[in-house]
Amino acid sequence: MAYLTDRKRAQGLGSGRQGTHHHWQMMASSLALAFIIPAFVITFGIGLGKPYEEVLAYFSRPVPAIIMALSVVVIINHAMQEALVAVEDYVHGTAQKITLMVVKGVSFTLIATGLFAIARLAL
Amino acid sequence: MVQFTLPKNSTITTGKTWPAPQGATNVRKFQIYRWNPDDGKNPRVDTYFLDMDKCGPMVLDALIKIKNEIDPTLTFRRSCREGICGSCAMNIDGINTLACIYGLDEIKDDVKIYPLPHMPVVKDLIPDLTHFYAQHASIMPWLETKTNRPAKEWKQSIEDRKKLDGLYECVMCASCSTSCPSYWWNGDRYLGPAALLHAYRWIIDSRDEATGERLDELEDPFKLYRCHTIMNCSKTCPKGLNPAKAIASIKQMMVERAL
Repeated sequence: MAYLTDRKRAQGLGSGRQGTHHHWQMMASSLALAFIIPAFVITFGIGLGKPYEEVLAYFSRPVPAIIMALSVVVIINHAMQEALVAVEDYVHGTAQKITLMVVKGVSFTLIATGLFAIARLAL
Repeated sequence: MVQFTLPKNSTITTGKTWPAPQGATNVRKFQIYRWNPDDGKNPRVDTYFLDMDKCGPMVLDALIKIKNEIDPTLTFRRSCREGICGSCAMNIDGINTLACIYGLDEIKDDVKIYPLPHMPVVKDLIPDLTHFYAQHASIMPWLETKTNRPAKEWKQSIEDRKKLDGLYECVMCASCSTSCPSYWWNGDRYLGPAALLHAYRWIIDSRDEATGERLDELEDPFKLYRCHTIMNCSKTCPKGLNPAKAIASIKQMMVERAL
């Protein structure tokens, strides 16, 4: 049993002096997604259902390829940041640290895989 | 990992049903959470029946009538009975509010009364608010100045005084904080809507000279940024205040000073 005062317990280790950067980052990427998601849907929709050669030619053009690459990076990064917050909310202790690393690892792998796929189509 | 189910010793059982008053024609059923730390039993829900022709209009009137006339062991906090002291905050019909200003006519069907959610219970409808009050104290709810004290008073313009409206009225009833899921899961570190509303009240006070230090103390992923704008706080506040807006204003100030 720790004889801590109520005030000491409430203050904990004090302020972490961070959080604003993450908050601003989420605001900025939310705004970016308002433009990127429609662009992604339109770009992906145009290529959908076409023969392989046409799709290959379509995604080797700079605009569709760049929109797809931007979508992969911004969407997955935004989802990762939200997932990290959700993990911090609900998982605590060592399990939290492990889950945070897994979420980051999976997200960066997805981004790398997506970019590699787009590069193969485009180049 | 957060607990999504109640531990075995907190599972609520069916309690005693008190008889309905004889000869009454306007009877209403009350289901009230009971727990006594001294008997070692699980919490239970007792059922009471009241003659509404002989009862006041508010939920607190019914509770006082039950305590005075039916079951003197029923325990709850109350004081001012007019929404100023914040003592009688409890969960009524699924809403965190003050029993003294919540009308029985606002409730359809049976009246279900529980203590404020996700707080340790002292007894029956009394939650342990020790940590809640300590968190309030930690945001330094007083005027901090560095300039020498003026001869008469710290002056404030009418416009600056108006900025405190909608903030100073908070009675610290804890209805908002205990309705916030973020506070349920991380109440040990997240300050909660009530403490943050009070923090903002002092941050925007034109007379206060510790704005930077106050923001420094709040800049933390848990203390402030656990607020996910769920808005339960603003929806439930029995005084009609908007803690979510105050929290958003603090976040805005944080961004303004960082960029």
